[in-house]
Amino acid sequence: MEYTVDGKTVPADEEGYIINLSDWSPELAEVIAKSEDIEMDEERWEVVNFLRDYYDEYQIAPAVRVLIKALKKSMGPEKGNNKYMYELFPYGPAKQACKIAGLPKPTGCV
Amino acid sequence: MSDVKKFLYVNRKAPYGTIYALESLEVVLIGAAFEQDVALAFLDDGVFQLTKSQETDGIGVKNFSPTFRALGDYDVTRLYVERESLEERGLTEDDLQEIMYEDEDDDWAEKPSIRVISRAEMADVMAEQDVILSF
Repeated sequence: MEYTVDGKTVPADEEGYIINLSDWSPELAEVIAKSEDIEMDEERWEVVNFLRDYYDEYQIAPAVRVLIKALKKSMGPEKGNNKYMYELFPYGPAKQACKIAGLPKPTGCV
Repeated sequence: MSDVKKFLYVNRKAPYGTIYALESLEVVLIGAAFEQDVALAFLDDGVFQLTKSQETDGIGVKNFSPTFRALGDYDVTRLYVERESLEERGLTEDDLQEIMYEDEDDDWAEKPSIRVISRAEMADVMAEQDVILSF
């Protein structure tokens, strides 16, 4: 699989996760989101940026449970809960949001 | 959950050169989702896994040592390190990176996860476990 951003081709695996993490850009995120039928807005960017920061610091994408616990702490209980996350990313916050954030599939996520 | 077991992951190998250290950490992260009582032990060359300022560019593999600092988020808050293994390698606790967790039962106070214990104490820790996984 591959994505096209500004005429440039970005390789991805068969599930749509990009191969080279350094290929990521906000423009690419919009393209990946579109292929997932997701429209990026401020709330979704908040989650995607959080995931990128987490990966930067710890070199892993967090499990959903950890993501939600951390968002609860940083953004409050109205955003740090399962329902809100699945509204933003219907096919799973860790899976879909990580894909858009250009991170590898979360450990333990099948 | 009523059926919580005590799991100890024993790490005896250096972080790079073999896949054991990284595999162990991945299994810990996956296993943490099952809400068991999980602790890690580091002995022999395994103590090198926790050293600070690891730099892996020269050997072309990912430096996964920052991931140990995420363990607190997964409720893994006990990392036992054997003092004799450190000493035999000319290391002290100051050579290890700082790994903290937030104690939910103590107003989220930050506490250190690494506990340096003697070989005899390590034997006691092992004796308390239901399951020991060696890497």
